[in-house]
Amino acid sequence: MLFLSRTLPLVIAFAFGMLGVVIYYVPHGNAQSLEREMALWVRIIFAFSYLLGLYSLLNLHWQRIRQRVAGWAYSLIAILSFAVMMIFVVYNDGLGPFTAQAEAGGYKWLFDNIHVPCASTMFSILAFFIASAAYRTFRARTPEAAVLLIAAVIVMLGRVPIGRELADFFPLATDWLLNVPNLAAKRGILLGVSLGAIATSLRIIFGIERSYLGGGAE
Amino acid sequence: MRAKNWLSALVLAWPLASAAENAEQEIDTPAAPGLGTLLAHPEPPIEVQAFDTPNDDGGSITLTWPRDRQISENARYQVAIADSPNGPFRVVTEVAATKNLMSEAPALFGHGADLENYHYVNVEEFAGADGKTPLEDGKTYYFHIDVRSAGGAIRGKVIVNAESKGNFFNRAKVNNLVLCLAFSGLIMGYIGIARRRELKIRRIAGLEALDEALGRATEMGKPVLFIHGLRDMSQIPTIAAVNILGRVARRTAEYDTALRVVAPDPVVMSVSQETVKASYVEAGRPDAFNPDHVFIASTEQFSYAAAVEGIMVRDRPAAHIMMGYFYAESLLLAETGATTGAIQIAGTDAFTQLPFFITTCDYTLLGEELYAASAYLSGEPRMLGSLKGQDAGKAILLAILVLGSLLVTLEWWPQLTHLFTPA
Repeated sequence: MLFLSRTLPLVIAFAFGMLGVVIYYVPHGNAQSLEREMALWVRIIFAFSYLLGLYSLLNLHWQRIRQRVAGWAYSLIAILSFAVMMIFVVYNDGLGPFTAQAEAGGYKWLFDNIHVPCASTMFSILAFFIASAAYRTFRARTPEAAVLLIAAVIVMLGRVPIGRELADFFPLATDWLLNVPNLAAKRGILLGVSLGAIATSLRIIFGIERSYLGGGAE
Repeated sequence: MRAKNWLSALVLAWPLASAAENAEQEIDTPAAPGLGTLLAHPEPPIEVQAFDTPNDDGGSITLTWPRDRQISENARYQVAIADSPNGPFRVVTEVAATKNLMSEAPALFGHGADLENYHYVNVEEFAGADGKTPLEDGKTYYFHIDVRSAGGAIRGKVIVNAESKGNFFNRAKVNNLVLCLAFSGLIMGYIGIARRRELKIRRIAGLEALDEALGRATEMGKPVLFIHGLRDMSQIPTIAAVNILGRVARRTAEYDTALRVVAPDPVVMSVSQETVKASYVEAGRPDAFNPDHVFIASTEQFSYAAAVEGIMVRDRPAAHIMMGYFYAESLLLAETGATTGAIQIAGTDAFTQLPFFITTCDYTLLGEELYAASAYLSGEPRMLGSLKGQDAGKAILLAILVLGSLLVTLEWWPQLTHLFTPA
């Protein structure tokens, strides 16, 4: 049992981790076709995992409805929405479920006229959240916050026509702020991230990191 | 005066000599060209080389030939291919007289001033009887290069041949391999050192606060909400997030605190379920694990954000832990979470989203700290050794950056900069 729960996953992680590293440096057709094959396996696993995801989603909302927890009506809407979309997906504008999804029909209409506007609405809310977050952050209570406030004001003015009208300084200073200190910080973060990714990969490949097997070190 | 006469004689003699030389070559124009046309005719290249294209998976042959700086800008080289030296040759591609210089393809030819003086072309397919035909590996193909100008085309005399084959090593990635091996060696070295003696690791405030957040949730009797980023399971930020989840789940199991995990992807959800289950078993609390507490909210970005926001507002968890790679939904989640009064810890390597998390969360793991989190929380010497190796790698990179900046600024050894150029 320990072999299945511990040893085998570690062996698989090592084998496929090393394979991934080797394939990155080997351009030979056989290596590339092996990589494509593995990508295909991932897609097949992903397709099956969708069934698990579907079960999880429906079960979660069904339990909420059954137990009448707060906001259970939203769960009812979620399940009804799923059912309606499923009907149109299977109907597929008269083509049936075994052909590629039609570019027209009820599914497309619902997606374009309900899902997309809802997603756009969520995205639009971001503007208000940015304003409220900026308000909290830009209160110059510390020297760092004051620097942030000044930089933000310059960048905001440099990005709108009125800033250019006020002074040529704003667009120039904006470009400098974005291309020099901002870019330097970004690259610094990226360097750290790359090293972190290498370290994480090594820990997993060599079985040092086992938290995904249950949090234990050994 | 005498010099001027000699110059005039040369100017007059050159076209005549050139015409005589061109007359020996096969000219593919339907009508015989006049003197004016012959004046425009350049020479087809003689030093033609054909070889298997390096660093590829086969099916490609590269041809190179010297650049003729005297040639008209409007002239074009025509590359012809055949599977026999006797032909029939078919034109496979055309190259402008000023284009396709070897210096434009450093991944193939490296760097150097001399590369400005050579043309190259990669041939991968040709127009056969049945349409486009790809090159076959192991089969010999023959090439000649013609020159076409306003006056017509002159066939090249030199016929070269080559076979394509798949390569077993991409030499353009040597620098990448060397750096990767060096940093891997460094990290493994520190892991080895960590086995023998205790290493001092810098304090990471966001991770120190994790216990505080879990303790607060325990005291309040409210759940902890773990929110995955949007990327799938094949991405390293998601793997790092799952590693952190394992540590968090073990502690919530020990504290007997409820844990809810929201995933945007069925694979991430399945892996998270297994990870949380294993952590609960490790902590001796298998009975406390409920698979329904690890669930998928939505695979769509803003539907996911809306679902998680709903959970935050309705269930009022005491702590929100957001780990992984986030996009525009980061601020939607973190700002909504901030309004609920929950303690918020976020970790991401998406530098565009870091400002949003920093402004709205109590603690933020910046970039690499996301990858360090699991090792840091474990406290295990080998894991901490890898963190120390990471820091040492960063110190080396910083030194290289300073040295490189100096060398570039002082214009010493400019070729050194190419050592770090990606393929």
